[in-house]
Amino acid sequence: MAVARDVRSVTGVDAETLRSMYRHMLRARLLDERCWVLNRQGRAPFWISGMGHEAIQVGAAMHLRSGVDWVAPYYRDLALTLVLGMTPKDHLLSALGRADDPNAGARQMPAHFGCRRLNIVSTGSSVATQLLHGAGVALASKMRGEDAVTLTSVGEGATSEGDFHEALNFAATRRLPVVFLVENNGYAISVPADKQMATPDVADRAAGYGIPGVVVDGGDPVQCHLRCGQAVARARRGEGPTLIEAKVVRLTSHSSDDDQRRYRTAESLEEERQRDCVLLFAQRLDDLGVLSAVDAKVMRAELQTEIDQATLEAEQAPEPDPESALDHVVHDGAGELDLTGFAAAPER
Amino acid sequence: MAVTVTMPQLGESVTEGTIARWLKQPGEPVARYESIVEVASDKVNAEIPAPTDGTFGEVIAPEGAVVTVGQPICTIEQGAEGASDGQAAGGGTARSEAEVEVRSEAVPAPEALPREVGPAAQAARSEAARPTVSAEPPTSPAPPAAPIEVPGRIAASVQADDGGEAAIVPRAGPEPAGEAASDGRMHVTPAVRMLAREHDVDLTQIRGSGIGGRVTKKDVLEYVQQRDAAGRRGERPGAQAAPAAPPGAPAAAPALAPAADLQEGDRLLPMTNVRRAIADHMVRSRHTSPHAWLMVEVDMSRVVRVREARKNEFKATYGVSLTYLPFVARAVLGSLRRFPTLNAQWSEEGIVLKRDIHLGIAVALEENLVVPVLRNADRLSLSGLAQAMADLGERARANRLKLDEIQGGTFTVNNTGALGTVLTQAIINQPQAAILTMDAVIKRPVVVDDMIGIRPIMNLGLSFDHRLNDGLQAARFVQDVRTQLEELDEAASLL
Amino acid sequence: MPVRTYVDAIREAMREEMRRDRRVMVFGEDVGAKGGVFGVTEGLQKEFGEWRVMDAPLAESCIVGVSVGAALNGMRPIAEIQFQDFILPAVDQIISEAAKMRYRSAGDWNVPMVIRAPFGGGVHGALYHSQSLEAMFCHVPGLKVVVPSTPHDAKGLLVAAIRDPDPVLYFEHKKAYRSIRGEVPEGDYTVPLGTARLAREGEDIALFTYGLMVHTALEAAQRLERDGFSVEVVDLRCLRPLDRGAIVRSARRCGKVLVAQEANLAVSVASEVSAIVAEECFEYLDAPVMRIGGPEVPAMPFARPLEDFYLVGTDKLEAKLRQLARY
Repeated sequence: MAVARDVRSVTGVDAETLRSMYRHMLRARLLDERCWVLNRQGRAPFWISGMGHEAIQVGAAMHLRSGVDWVAPYYRDLALTLVLGMTPKDHLLSALGRADDPNAGARQMPAHFGCRRLNIVSTGSSVATQLLHGAGVALASKMRGEDAVTLTSVGEGATSEGDFHEALNFAATRRLPVVFLVENNGYAISVPADKQMATPDVADRAAGYGIPGVVVDGGDPVQCHLRCGQAVARARRGEGPTLIEAKVVRLTSHSSDDDQRRYRTAESLEEERQRDCVLLFAQRLDDLGVLSAVDAKVMRAELQTEIDQATLEAEQAPEPDPESALDHVVHDGAGELDLTGFAAAPER
Repeated sequence: MAVTVTMPQLGESVTEGTIARWLKQPGEPVARYESIVEVASDKVNAEIPAPTDGTFGEVIAPEGAVVTVGQPICTIEQGAEGASDGQAAGGGTARSEAEVEVRSEAVPAPEALPREVGPAAQAARSEAARPTVSAEPPTSPAPPAAPIEVPGRIAASVQADDGGEAAIVPRAGPEPAGEAASDGRMHVTPAVRMLAREHDVDLTQIRGSGIGGRVTKKDVLEYVQQRDAAGRRGERPGAQAAPAAPPGAPAAAPALAPAADLQEGDRLLPMTNVRRAIADHMVRSRHTSPHAWLMVEVDMSRVVRVREARKNEFKATYGVSLTYLPFVARAVLGSLRRFPTLNAQWSEEGIVLKRDIHLGIAVALEENLVVPVLRNADRLSLSGLAQAMADLGERARANRLKLDEIQGGTFTVNNTGALGTVLTQAIINQPQAAILTMDAVIKRPVVVDDMIGIRPIMNLGLSFDHRLNDGLQAARFVQDVRTQLEELDEAASLL
Repeated sequence: MPVRTYVDAIREAMREEMRRDRRVMVFGEDVGAKGGVFGVTEGLQKEFGEWRVMDAPLAESCIVGVSVGAALNGMRPIAEIQFQDFILPAVDQIISEAAKMRYRSAGDWNVPMVIRAPFGGGVHGALYHSQSLEAMFCHVPGLKVVVPSTPHDAKGLLVAAIRDPDPVLYFEHKKAYRSIRGEVPEGDYTVPLGTARLAREGEDIALFTYGLMVHTALEAAQRLERDGFSVEVVDLRCLRPLDRGAIVRSARRCGKVLVAQEANLAVSVASEVSAIVAEECFEYLDAPVMRIGGPEVPAMPFARPLEDFYLVGTDKLEAKLRQLARY
């Protein structure tokens, strides 16, 4: 098709993939919006979102093999988890605190993702700890000679934590198959990036660890897809970690407990709204002839219906039994413990 | 049907919000999720979306009103009007709206605790904790008729700690019991209270060995034991306390020993704890068990041959010498299985046949007599016995035995022959049924097939408690031991 | 039965488990080429290679955090913290992450890892090489904490810890490494977590303790035995979960209770054991429940007289026991 050939030569990616990217981004966006609404209605006590981060997360996640590669994400990675196979209903169950929430059985606040089936490591609320987990996961893959890659992500604020340094340092020393993704939206709650660090680019730090650092426009899913693909390929080839810093915008306040209008000017907020990656990408796809505005509207309606249905089901789902609060502290002894070593010997 | 919309919680720890501006007027159509009002709170200003489709009903909280989280702010009339995007498929709708209605009204503020401990529950708990029995102490202690003395050791320790007077407290005449605290009341701990209740004891009758003359748990237990023993002696002269008496509690010596009669030139070896302990035990054993004794001669030819043939290899392999003791021990263990009344204890209810065989091996030390116990000895092979007994003996001499190695024995073997004797009558190690002595193996002339032969002969002596076993059982047992030794399979492995 | 030192027993446990199960790995500072600053992992890297016995950077949070990650991805790491005093930078990874992983994922994830660290003093290690910080971890549901006192238990508990599907903190007393010897059975055996050990039977005083103090307790008990006091010594072995049954049994049997530890006394394991006794054995008590432990100073100082002042030795323990016996 003529359009397809043009698109590929212009973007490096075929039309189908572009449409798929947009669909992922839009789906995440609509779900995110719904969760905000539920919070404002008083039904979801808390929400923290990734609006504005969709492009980088989709660009990265599309290179990962769900259930084979690994992810140690952070709380804004809603789009990332959806690409890997979590569903809107999964997240709505979490937001509404329902028993069947696959992330945590409603034991954690929303956006504390986790799903063993999809190799999404459970995250807590201490930021940056997951970077070390990501390094450890990658270490195990390498020891077993697997080609699995681990992606672990943080906001720029968390790069001030000691665990960021320790994780990159260790992963670099041992050339682990891990991609460190920093989603830099310029604010750690209310603290702007220039109060967080003296260097404008987090990626500058990579050289200090002896690994490549890449800055990418986090609003451009095609660029994100390209750069993340390179980093993942590097890791898979055994060349070690990469630090990717994606510059993104935080379209919402830090969380439902925060109101960024109190510490950011209306102008700057408006300026960022103009850089909304979902809107911009829709426009671009229309310009490229990959997805017309009409088709985009149809897509949106379908996705909205999916979200509505998921909301309904989640609302009807039961809350956890109070006494279940006592479960899962330690292994309860049920089932046989696997005492056997596994077959494949560590290669190194 | 009217749905009431309530003030949501905008941010953790937020308890109220202010209505900033109504975005809808009564009668206006409303779509689900459409914003209907602007609300301001300490943390966040936000627009509140409608929970359902319908028509805006009435304003309950006007602009400027400060509303607590969960309180109503307006109503929405749900009508058949307009299936909007927000409607879900068919049958689910009515239910979801009913759910919505419930939810809007009943969203609990996250701060509220679901279960609170109310005053009533707390009162109930403190009721239950009230002690059920309170021992009313006397205001002044009355001198008792026949106070029980505290056994010597404990009082001695008390004195030693207080002022270095290490003399054993003799059983002197009557002294006032239950020395009271300065305020005239006796201090009674829960354990003492419980025991006094259980055993129907008047605490004022007991002299306390604790601080300030406190009656301790031990004091009560001693008192009870002596009281019961005294009672039984009064009723049945021959009977003794059951073996199940509190372990470790020393039995009172039935009669006072005479004071030392020192004349010129005589020398006093001061009483030691060890000597006294041995003395007490021996006296008690004789008083408890009617001792009878018998012996057999054992032809140890085979045993001697086996030992001679194997002893060097044994020593090289295991590092311990192979003596006659393990051979005899193994034979004894086999016989005890066949004659369980020798591995037994006497009780008022009957003879307790002990399931396990814990074999005591008497070890004579310079200053002491120790009987280390080999637990479950019948599980060991001959070489296992040899090693274990050598180990016990060595540790006994080095005073490194563990607690479960000096108590709990069910039968004792005494290798008096190591000291050179040919015939010994041992005293039973209470609360066992018997004790076997093995004397020296000595070559003697014996009659074999009507001719004189020289054989290594060892005498086995059995002192037994005639309450449990008569001569018949005792003799059979000893014969059985002898048979095993005399018919030892010389080719059998020692393992 | 073979006799081993405490340190050999620990090494044996790791070596045998690593042979049996290829998922088991050791990660810590100096564990590889040097074999550990106390020689605990000597020879292991030679046998298992530098990946399974890996020298870590000087970063405790990294040691534990990476081990958590490896455990999530199918390994069974033994993280070694060089001195328990230096475990503090790793506390976030231990308490926020390892302890809560199973609970926060409603059982979807678990962390089968062991964190080993030498603790305790009496070796002139001063403030930062002698502490006993185990109480901090005993406070946290989701963790298990064990402290062996004999080579037998050192091996058995470590094997059990390695096989446990949840995080276990394993604290080894550094003074015990080469000074405590004992019998260690051949072949495969474990000591189940959550069980105490009756080290000495008695009936007048129940003395609960753990770690090196168990040996001090046995010495003190022997001194009292000569004067007719019978002390029951219970080696707690597992500090979380505590063997409540054993505690209650011995406390009720004896009626007088002393809880002894090397660690600072305030808000400690001894405090918890005392509370259990007070709650469940009140009617059987013949004296107040007593504790003895480290004094109200941050840690034991370097100079010998200062260190001795801090430590609960046999004399102090004996005096306390006699005080209780006299009550």
